Amino acid sequence: MWAFLVTEVMFFGGLFLAYTFLRWKHHDAVVAASGHLDWILGGVNTGVLLVSSLTMAMAVHAAQEGKRKATVNFLILTMILGAVFLGVKAFEYSHKWHDGLFPGFNFHWIENPAYAGGAEMFLFLYFVMTGLHGLHMVVGIGLVAWIIKRANRGDFTPEYNIPVEITGLYWHFVDIVWIFLYPLLYLIQPPHH
Amino acid sequence: MSGHIVPKKTYYTIFLLLMILLAVTVLIAYLDLDHATGIGGLNIIVALSIAFTKMMLVVMYFMHMKWSNKLTWIFGGASILWLVIMLVITMADYISRGWVMFTNR
Repeated sequence: MWAFLVTEVMFFGGLFLAYTFLRWKHHDAVVAASGHLDWILGGVNTGVLLVSSLTMAMAVHAAQEGKRKATVNFLILTMILGAVFLGVKAFEYSHKWHDGLFPGFNFHWIENPAYAGGAEMFLFLYFVMTGLHGLHMVVGIGLVAWIIKRANRGDFTPEYNIPVEITGLYWHFVDIVWIFLYPLLYLIQPPHH
Repeated sequence: MSGHIVPKKTYYTIFLLLMILLAVTVLIAYLDLDHATGIGGLNIIVALSIAFTKMMLVVMYFMHMKWSNKLTWIFGGASILWLVIMLVITMADYISRGWVMFTNR
């Protein structure tokens, strides 16, 4: 599992490289575009994911102790929190579309025209990075659902609970990606601007 | 995958630390550290340091790296090492070509 996570780091790493270049090259445009992201919703979502990581850790803990009911309950909580995250994200996406900040199809930059190109690139990266992260969340929710089914069936014991632990590793990894995405995308300029 | 059972209290403590660090992340973004101190890029350095700390807390405790074997440590370390190689060498190349400028704004 750790080997897979290393490939995932490289996968997201390429996007972080693109981000670094864009932010360096078109700093002012990136600052202007980042100001359109809702730091409160982003922050709430960060909190939601951190809580979900706690519930996931508690699920693994319960599985290690052979507590079937607690394992299932914590996994269900984790899944609900994942769904809340995606709900907030969908709300943010629809707002970006309404504001004409969706690159390529519906992008109307009404501020300083000099920033239009860089701003569109930034929002493109925003959608690609958060979109791929969201896709990972969907996969994670699917994995948790599968683990809930298995836990309910009584597959896991204090001796055998590797699938719960591995699903947990994946879930925490996706959480870590967001830990970096939040300050890098949402908090480039002071929130009160 | 160590089979080590971590006390619940540890998880709660780590979670609390993560939430505090999240609050600090938002708080720091309010302050214009670059201008206040004259150190260009201090805001992003602090923001990334906090994110790195949060990552280490998640990796060490939630992902049980602390109690894992050496091979797991090598894999985890390798991912960071190669990420840094990719970022540093690529940007060094771009700077040397003049595609981006290495100056204080």
